Order: sequence, then C-alpha cells, then structure tokens
Amino acid sequence: MFRIKVPRFWRYREFRYRLSAWKCIHCGEVHFFKPLVCRRCRYREFSEVTLPYTGKLLAYTIVRSPPAGFEEYAPYIIGLIELEDGTRIVSQLADVDPEELKIGMKMEATFKRIREDGVDKIIAYGYKFRPAIQ
Amino acid sequence: MSRVYVAGVGLTKVDEHWKTSLEQLVTEASLKALDDAGLESVDAIYVGSMLSEILQEQGHLGAVLAEELGLSGIPAMSVEAATASGAASIYVGAREIESGRAKAVLVAGVDKMSDGMAEEVTSALMVGEKQEYTGFIGATFYSLNALIYSLYMKRYDVSQEKIALFPVLCHEHSVGVEHAQYPFKIKLETVMNSPYIAEPLRRFETTAIADGAAALILVGEEFASKLKSPKTELVIEAATDYVTPFQREDPLWFPALQLATTKALERAKISRNEVGIIEIFDATSIMAVISLESSGFASRGEAWRLLENGELSLSGSLPCNTFGGLKARGHPAGATGVYQVAELHLQLTNRAKKNQVDRAITGMAQTLGGLASTAFVTILKKVM
Repeated sequence: MFRIKVPRFWRYREFRYRLSAWKCIHCGEVHFFKPLVCRRCRYREFSEVTLPYTGKLLAYTIVRSPPAGFEEYAPYIIGLIELEDGTRIVSQLADVDPEELKIGMKMEATFKRIREDGVDKIIAYGYKFRPAIQ
Repeated sequence: MSRVYVAGVGLTKVDEHWKTSLEQLVTEASLKALDDAGLESVDAIYVGSMLSEILQEQGHLGAVLAEELGLSGIPAMSVEAATASGAASIYVGAREIESGRAKAVLVAGVDKMSDGMAEEVTSALMVGEKQEYTGFIGATFYSLNALIYSLYMKRYDVSQEKIALFPVLCHEHSVGVEHAQYPFKIKLETVMNSPYIAEPLRRFETTAIADGAAALILVGEEFASKLKSPKTELVIEAATDYVTPFQREDPLWFPALQLATTKALERAKISRNEVGIIEIFDATSIMAVISLESSGFASRGEAWRLLENGELSLSGSLPCNTFGGLKARGHPAGATGVYQVAELHLQLTNRAKKNQVDRAITGMAQTLGGLASTAFVTILKKVM
C-alpha cells in the first residue's frame, strides 16, 4: 500500500477515528467519505452522521499474503460487518482468535493502531471491530 | 458506422520471463499481430497495462511501444481499467475504427509481474480497489473475494468442492497449449489441499505471478476486404459499478457484467444460446461462478451444475476458457483481456490446434476490472 503522508491520512480521520459518515438527504445512501454527488441518486446534499458502533459479523477471512507495509502484521483477520443501521463495513478484526468467531455474532467498533510507516514512523490509527463485550 | 474486424493476433507465452523486459514482451506480441495481419503500420496504437507504472515505474507506454516498433510518429497511448486494461484498449481501438477515423489500429495488453516482490505485487493488484477504504486496512483483493466466497456458500448452500471444479476445468483445457503458463492437469484434491490464501479461498483457486503480452490488429471494412489474413467481426461493450462490492445492493451479483453482456448481445444481434464459446474472467474461482450467473448463462447459485455436467468442457454445450483461462493460461493483469479475445479469434479462424472447438461461429469474452467494478464484454463472429 501507499506510504503514509500526514495530509493524505488526516483528511479521512473523521471516518477512520469515529465512523463519521455522510448520509444523502434524499435517498439515505451512506458514504464513508464526503462526496459531492450521491452515487445512487445524484442528490448533492448530505447530513453528517455517526455510524452505529455495533453490528453483526457477516463473513471473515484471514490475510496470509499481505500487501507491502503490512508484512509484520500478517496473518490478520478481515471481516464484513453489518452495522445496526444496515450499513456494511469491511474492517480488520481485533482481540480475537479466528476459532472464536461465529457468523452472526455481535461485534463492536474499537480504536486501534492500523500500521506504522517504516520510513517516517508515522502511526496510522483507525477502527477495528471485535466481538462485543456482553 | 464501420464494422470492426480482428485481422491479426499475436501472443507471447505467459510465463515468468526473467530475461525479457516489459517492452520486449509487448513489442514481440505486437510484431506477431502485424505479421499475422500482413500489415506494416497502423493509424493508432492503444496499450493496456495495469501494473507497469508501479512495478516497472514505466508509464507512457504508447510512445514507448511506437518507438520499439519503429512506428514513432503515429498516435499512441495507454488505456487503464485495472485488470480490464487490455479490454479497455480494445474498446478504444474499436470505437476509433467504428467512427471511421482509423482504418487499422493496433491494440495491445501487457504486464510483467515477476519484476515485483510478492508484497509489491499484492499491493499493486489493490489499485483497482478503494485505497482510502479497503486498501488502508490491508484488505487485499483476495480477502475481498474470500468474503464474497463465504457469503455465496452460505446463501446458496453450495460446498467449496463444487466451485473448486472451475480451476480443474481450466487446467484440463490448458494441456498442450503453447502459450499457457501451466499446461498440465490438476485434480480437485490438489485444489482442495492447496494452502489458504485467504480462507476459504485457496491458492489453486487464484492466479499466480505472470508475465505476458497479447496484441490484436483491428481494421474497418475497407481493409477487411483487402487483407488476406483470416478475420472475425468484433463487437465490444462496457459498463461500470461501485468499486467496493459490499456497497452494492447485492455483493453476490455483478450488475456491470449483466449490463455489458446485454448490450453486447443486442449489438451483435444474437441470443445467449448462440454463444458457442465463452471466456470467463476467473481471477478467482468464485468470480468465475458469479460471472456465469450474472451474465445469464446459469441461474443464481447454480453455476456449479454447468461444471459438474461437463457443459463447459471443450466437447460440452458451452466450451469455456478453451486455452485454460486466467487460472491455467495465466493472468498477466492488463494483458488478459487481449489474450481472451485473441484466443476466441484463433478458435473462430480454426487455428486452435488440439483445442479446436467444432462448429462454433460466435464467441464471448468477459473481462473484469477489480471485483467487476468494470466489465467489458466482447463478441466475436466468424466471417463467412
């Protein structure tokens, strides 16, 4: 993946840190990054929303052949979660062994380190999901 | 609007070409295509490559290829649509012939993945997905495929053994194919015992590091009647979709492929039943299965039946990936779409040697960019 430069990372922090997203006022389509035009209905007005921090696990896999920049973290788990408002989100899964995962289990968002850039030592943070603590 | 004809093809063997450069590969394929057509020059050149700017740090392939061919002076440029870049070059070339602005065009596809380290290639293959979203969290192309694979098996209650028959079919067809990367048979057990790349997706359900280039000469009606080389008539259509499949209404369906297929069939004035050969985009086994369904050649959740009943074999009702497809011929990313169409051309001009399919008069090639965020559908017809 790309080398991390601060401005490029910083401009997406609302979504990555807080699951803050943009909902089309006309059709309700959720966009993770602020769009100019709704991809579904082409309306141009959006409201800022915070996505639910909980949802259920639809599917998961383990990345065994990582991209550049992720070598030291592999193997890691990638999951597909359906949030409580129906939004689907792809996320790394944390604090869990693959054997403990079950399709349909309740998951919650947590704030984690995603990776460290090897050259400039910039640390990228973002969301990861983990089994909800009951 | 002029009709478009394929009047020449050129292929290199798909391999790890340690001694040959990207430029040499694409030049070799292009020269073969020019020679096959019996042409010295063309009006324009379009080159499709997905990875050359990343792995070789070489852009500007149009001017580079024109110079290598001794054709500097004519317009030449590259066209990009991720893994469908080769098909994109065909699309642009065909449109230029149709418009009447060009009489003959060279379209080529090339990629040389063996110049990158494994992680670099994995990263490079992610440029077709959303870098700021899935790329940022290290979700590889194969991991997104794996999520779709799990959802598919659960929804349709189909076992992996049924889907993993696709690579077995491809390898059956690649035996003895000179330009194939892996010209040998494999068993279902080999696929099922191969290591996970991202479970449930196994290594033998995906493609490998591959280098290769393919080229076509496209001509309009005027040249088609002058040139002596065997010809086929070409129609190509395209469509796009959201880049991340999980933002689509149904991640187990490729609407862009459905749309491009419908448009191409309409323009070629044929029905699905008349498609005699099909080239499916099997970047993974699960993509192949969903492609067969989305393009209307199988019902939802039922594509495995075509495999099990032998309908996709060379002697079946719909011979599929007749030279091995992406899995066994090899998948040099941006070159693949051109290989697919070149192979259909060899079939329809009776030059497919031991893989020759009898009686076919039309063929369809489906080329996908990413997880079907771009779809190209090319139909070739035999010229009687």
